[in-house]
Amino acid sequence: MITDGITIPFDVSRIRKEFPTLHRQVNGKDLVYFDNGATSQKPQVVIDAISEYYTDNNANIHRGVHYLSQLATTQYEDARKIIQQYINAPLSEEVLFTKGTTDSINLVASSLGEMFSEGDEIIISAMEHHSNIVPWQMLCERKGCTLKVIPINEAGELMMDKFDQLLSAKTKLVAITHISNTLGTINPVEEIIEKTHALGGYVLIDGAQSIQHIKVDMQALDCDFFAFSAHKVFGPTGVGILYGKKEILDQMPPYQGGGDMIAKVTFEKTTYNELPHKFEAGTPNISGGICLGTAISYLSELDLNAIHAHETELANYAEEKLLQFEGLRIIGTAKNKTSVVSFIVDGIHPFDLGTLLDKQGIAVRTGHHCTQPLMDFYQIPGTVRASFAFYNTKEEIDTFIHAVERSLNMLK
Amino acid sequence: MTLEDKQQEIIDDFAIYDDWMDKYEYIIELGKELPIISDENKTDDKLIEGCQSRVWLNTAVEDGKMSFTADSDAIITKGIIGLLIRVLNGETAKDVATTDLRFIQEIGLHEHLSPTRSNGLASMVKKMKLSAIAAS
Ligand SMILES: Cc1ncc(COP(=O)(O)O)c(C=O)c1O
Repeated sequence: MITDGITIPFDVSRIRKEFPTLHRQVNGKDLVYFDNGATSQKPQVVIDAISEYYTDNNANIHRGVHYLSQLATTQYEDARKIIQQYINAPLSEEVLFTKGTTDSINLVASSLGEMFSEGDEIIISAMEHHSNIVPWQMLCERKGCTLKVIPINEAGELMMDKFDQLLSAKTKLVAITHISNTLGTINPVEEIIEKTHALGGYVLIDGAQSIQHIKVDMQALDCDFFAFSAHKVFGPTGVGILYGKKEILDQMPPYQGGGDMIAKVTFEKTTYNELPHKFEAGTPNISGGICLGTAISYLSELDLNAIHAHETELANYAEEKLLQFEGLRIIGTAKNKTSVVSFIVDGIHPFDLGTLLDKQGIAVRTGHHCTQPLMDFYQIPGTVRASFAFYNTKEEIDTFIHAVERSLNMLK
Repeated sequence: MTLEDKQQEIIDDFAIYDDWMDKYEYIIELGKELPIISDENKTDDKLIEGCQSRVWLNTAVEDGKMSFTADSDAIITKGIIGLLIRVLNGETAKDVATTDLRFIQEIGLHEHLSPTRSNGLASMVKKMKLSAIAAS
């Protein structure tokens, strides 16, 4: 449960104790986990909650009068409320459980997209993850809509004057990432939402990289849709959230058909259940939903401002140390960014550096990070990306820098 | 030297390293030394696109013996290619098609030949074997 206003002072050594994976070894070395952009590690409370669910409470939800089914249903619906409160959504039925960000975006593309027609325009940006590009391309092919792309500058910031030119009364939807997974750029989503609404378009925010770093408030943002994945916010894989405004969700046709999403089924005509069930066909990831609630409760007890300060300090420290290496270039130097440090080194392939870091116990991501158009923009094959979470430390960065130095000496 | 002898020689070479970094040092040196493909063969039809690194493979058959040249944009991938070529070049199509490349497992580098590694090497070995099957 959310403990109103009670936050525990930020203490990284205490927090690290709660994440068992951080204490293992890899290739004979203490693990340094800097791949938080791909997925976060899980605190013991979340791991315990998964085990507890299957040990004590397993039953199907929304379907049984028996005790266990009622218990599981209550826990699942409680989790929805915890998430609703955390993101400050007006209503709990506006919080839909999905499989993750990708599934959430596909839901909107399929369902809201049914209401689009030829000539309608969708705007995305040059820094989108493939999961916020491909569903819209598929929709454009299906419906004859046009996809427009907001360009970025060298620093990896959206060119907002170009956005102003792209935006028009034809714009049905702007789908934009809150924070870039490759560059760390925090986009001016408030401005985008306001301007798009003024012309009657909808806005979907890809929050896969934001909810774990900054406060997200649906009512303050006023976005129409917000998508995120549990596994990047200290919860389990295979579950995520789509927040959508009730008045829009009510107009949208169902996404998938099946159990749970119906009011009444006959062979002649089926009527659909109300929100949120209309969009939740079939038995969902019950333990996943419940444990996302646990993860969000865990996060809500931490001091987000302290986390932000700590993560920013880590990123600044890492960038400062990395820039001492000759020929190293940071990709993504936006003024407003989170704790993602992507870089390349002249003449060194990211795969080689990533492989040698792995052998030294350091987990970073190498490659295009599912943002190939962005790599094309920078004309690079990929980057090495270190992405930090609040449980990372300066000492780990020192270990990392030392390992980078050793690797570069071998590769040069 | 038989194909099997060549595999054993590499296994013996690697036996002296007990540290991962030393093994990689050796592979990187191999990668740096080997100019293994000529530029006119580095064309798109020879390209095997991996998610992490790219590999070019050129195959020729001379007097029933296989001859491979290959390259990669990543130096570790290139070093491993060097090992594979050392073992397979000059061998009969039948031997290339049927041999078990056990040295890779024994020296602990099999992870690089796993398709999930996405570095192009798994597809490269498959292509080498398929061309050998076609030639035998
Ligand atoms: C910005 C962004 N959007 C979408 C996704 C897709 O998330 P998932 O694979 O959990 O659906 C990711 C994950 O890497 C991401 O970073």
